[in-house]
Amino acid sequence: MSSLKRHRALSRIWASDPGWKGWFTTVNHTDLGRMFLTVAVFFFVVGGVLAMLIRAQLATPRSAFLGPEHYNQVFTMHGTIMMFLFAIPVFEGFAVYLLPKLLGSRDLAFPRLTAYGFWCYVFGGSMMIFSLLWGIAPDSGWFMYPPLSSTLGAPGINSDFWLIGITFVEISAIAAAVEITVTVLRYRAPGMSLSKMPIFAWYALVTAVMILTGFPPLILGSILLELERAFDMPFFQAAAGGDALLWQHLFWLFGHPEVYIIFLPAAGAISTILPVMARTGLLGYGWIVAAAVALGVLSFGLWVHHMFTTGIPHLGLAFFSAASTLVAVPTAVQLFIWIGTLAKGAPRLHLPMLWLLAFFATFVIGGLTGVMVAIVPFDWQVHDTYFIVAHLHYVLIGGFVFPMLAALYYWLPHFTGRKTYFNLGPTAFWLVVIGFHGTFLLLHWAGLLGMRRRIDSFEPGQGWEAINLIASVSSFVMAIGFALIAIDVIVSVLASVRGSRDPWGGSTLDWAMPTPPAAYNFASLPEVSARDPLWADPDLPAKIARGEGYLGDWARDRRETLTVEVTTGAPRYVVVFPANTGFPMAMSAVTGLFFLGLLTKAYWLVPLALIGVVAMALYWVWGLLPRRGEGAVPVGRGLSLVTAAEVADPPGWWGSLFLLLANGTFFGSLLFGYSFYWTIAPNWPPPAYAELSLVGWALLALGVVLALLGTRGGAGAGHALAVLGTLAIAAVGARVLWLVPDPTVHAYDATVWVLVGYGILHQGIAALMNGVIVARGIAGHGAETWQGPARIARLWTDYGGITAVLAYGAAVLPGALS
Amino acid sequence: MALQGCEETLSVVHPAGPAASAIASLWRVLLIGATLIFGFVAGLIAWGWRRPPGAVNERGFVIGLGFVFPVVVLLALLAYGLVIGERLLPRAAPEVVRVAAEGRQWAWRFSYEDAPERETENLLHIPAGRPVDVAITSVDVIHSFWVPRLAGKLDAVPGHVNTLRIEAYEPGRFAGLGAEFNGRGYRAHRFEVVAHEEAAWQAFLRGETP
Repeated sequence: MSSLKRHRALSRIWASDPGWKGWFTTVNHTDLGRMFLTVAVFFFVVGGVLAMLIRAQLATPRSAFLGPEHYNQVFTMHGTIMMFLFAIPVFEGFAVYLLPKLLGSRDLAFPRLTAYGFWCYVFGGSMMIFSLLWGIAPDSGWFMYPPLSSTLGAPGINSDFWLIGITFVEISAIAAAVEITVTVLRYRAPGMSLSKMPIFAWYALVTAVMILTGFPPLILGSILLELERAFDMPFFQAAAGGDALLWQHLFWLFGHPEVYIIFLPAAGAISTILPVMARTGLLGYGWIVAAAVALGVLSFGLWVHHMFTTGIPHLGLAFFSAASTLVAVPTAVQLFIWIGTLAKGAPRLHLPMLWLLAFFATFVIGGLTGVMVAIVPFDWQVHDTYFIVAHLHYVLIGGFVFPMLAALYYWLPHFTGRKTYFNLGPTAFWLVVIGFHGTFLLLHWAGLLGMRRRIDSFEPGQGWEAINLIASVSSFVMAIGFALIAIDVIVSVLASVRGSRDPWGGSTLDWAMPTPPAAYNFASLPEVSARDPLWADPDLPAKIARGEGYLGDWARDRRETLTVEVTTGAPRYVVVFPANTGFPMAMSAVTGLFFLGLLTKAYWLVPLALIGVVAMALYWVWGLLPRRGEGAVPVGRGLSLVTAAEVADPPGWWGSLFLLLANGTFFGSLLFGYSFYWTIAPNWPPPAYAELSLVGWALLALGVVLALLGTRGGAGAGHALAVLGTLAIAAVGARVLWLVPDPTVHAYDATVWVLVGYGILHQGIAALMNGVIVARGIAGHGAETWQGPARIARLWTDYGGITAVLAYGAAVLPGALS
Repeated sequence: MALQGCEETLSVVHPAGPAASAIASLWRVLLIGATLIFGFVAGLIAWGWRRPPGAVNERGFVIGLGFVFPVVVLLALLAYGLVIGERLLPRAAPEVVRVAAEGRQWAWRFSYEDAPERETENLLHIPAGRPVDVAITSVDVIHSFWVPRLAGKLDAVPGHVNTLRIEAYEPGRFAGLGAEFNGRGYRAHRFEVVAHEEAAWQAFLRGETP
């Protein structure tokens, strides 16, 4: 009785708006996770149709089906969609849906940010689809090498869609990564120490930190290339001191971690599903965690293996070749731990396990060919041939799509609360697996016979005809298999019978709730004392439903969850979540206008949209700020905790910390690019430098001192001084730009504009934040709520001050030294 | 030479020069090794599947199979790859011939250190049996210079000059490709290498042949 009453009360508090309106105003992670996955599957279908066009074109020699102008768009968009609009969002969708449920929380750290990220993904993805339908899609290959992708090789709007649309979409990746990091570190069930975390959470944490450090180089590259295309700033033009190779470094500095950003979540799903299928615990939990972390770290040290043929000196090649083979070690550790887990347990051949076996067969081949191409001389031969095409599909489909299909079939009963009809599943499985190997296995050989990737058709007589025909026929078999999976899932969602709560006998908290899950996840938050909580205490779901955990009482009539101490999992403070709102969607639409203005060169729209975004962000922040504290409130089990309003490290501070990690990586990539110019690029040093006068240096020092000390006073007046300090720093930046008035002259001038512009932008952010703190003092917000927001402002002010000194210094130092 | 099978003109596994030969034998080693490892892993999974449940040797799986096994295999492979890589470098030697290749959309222009006045389009002349260093660059977008039967590929990057060592064992004609996607004309971005015997090479340098 009490359980049912609690369910009704919590459902009323947590429910999304009814009807179609709910889609646009929901901030609930279960809804948004499903929406992410649905949209990602839509993009998979689009990318798949493009793949079928490619295989139709290449089925026979001298095909006249597609000309190069269309074929180039088709293969570029196939890669772009599968990487940016399918693979990453699928991870985001799974993580958004699952993480709070695995961790024992009621939602992710920043529910409205989840929604904002989702809508950025939808709007940015729509831009890409629009370009495809209008036949003006990017056509320079998915890694967009300039000068081919710049004005020289692509004068039309095509490349702009890529640079602007994908950057827009990447907001969602960064937002999700910040959210996942903070959620895993702080939003767990009480008692869940780091060593008791479900293994998927470890993988999600590593992946999220990798997104925060892997995506910024690409975002920087995209901004630089768009600046070159739109304003003729010569970042990649050798004649004016730029270098086309800088793009490749920035792109693969992102692109190789990206491969592991895609693989690690899949490995997390495998590490979760495989032990359940084998009815045993995971062998070597600590080793798996160490391997995942090692993989994450190592993956940043081997981007150059995509550039073995660009003329890197031999010693550099040897280093990156060694690093590239070394990355096989943590992969092997995971692989053999999974096999050991199978050996330890008694595996059952359910459909998820079948997909995992397909993963083993496929991914091992992809890994072995990966080691082959890490050996430099072999790469010199097969680079940019169909050998690479085959290798990367073995890794990505074998290492990502197959485990994700295992995950789909494993969690489908959770999504739907229904039993799945497995009669279509095995048929679809065999069609996909046989179709896949039929498509790609022989393409390795085509590559060795000299078939280059990206050719729009081929001449007969090279021994490629049979291989390509088999590949094309098989690819259609694979497509039929995927269509059957779609039908299978739709039938399960609509028409199957209701199933049991935990059909697989899982061990993690996601199976401790009724399915489909209620909007609040857990009727009360469990106290966790084991790594496999459901196996340690089979009665846990009933205890949760009876309200025996934390926050089972709904008297305060608002959305609440608990945060814990990072390492030990001891409960720390209560977080009150926001209610349903259409605001995130509206704000992402205005953000979209900013990108649309850039895309269509309607530059009058850009500042308007920017003002709109800033105004909305201020409104968002102002609504978020606590007015008054409420002291310690009872959270159940005899414990009382304060709310996030009164702590020094509120979620916003943690979010800022990790956003600044991404931001710092962006800035570091910029400095890397600048030093790359100095050491590698032709036509350096530049003809003239900017030099800062003594007055300028003095003003900069004054501004930094004011900004950094002002935020440390603990009073509104101090933050007002900090605003003045940031304005002084910005003024010095304006002076530097005055000295290099034309950013189109040389890559030096263009880079100075970006460095100094970055510095000025961050003074604007810091000034706004400190202004908000000053306004709080005027509005009379309670002193007990002062600490958290002030520390957030201080974090951004410190960051802005330090990076401005570095950026200005880098800009004017050559002048000072010469 | 002229009777050579058509299917082999772009084949990496039908080498006609020392660099391509070294890489072709590297490929055979890689293929055999990968097949053995794949068979081993597949066998291990089959064993693990059929084995009755019970504790396994965790250190054996993690340290033995996860660490020692790949480290030993990879170190051996790396050493082999480095040795081959060293052999392919364009080292100074008295008999080296120097030519230059300049890529553009969608053609190649070749020039010759020993005959500065000569320039050829989409046809590179070299002497057979002598090492040739090709200085590769581009005037527009990035291209890649690749003669599959002679050597690996190397990119033509605007503003940079990369040097690739190629050599043909015997006189003959060898197909060459632009091997970096470079826009609409990519498919037809091809060239040919003709390797002359010594007398014909000297005649070419003197401008006696076209």
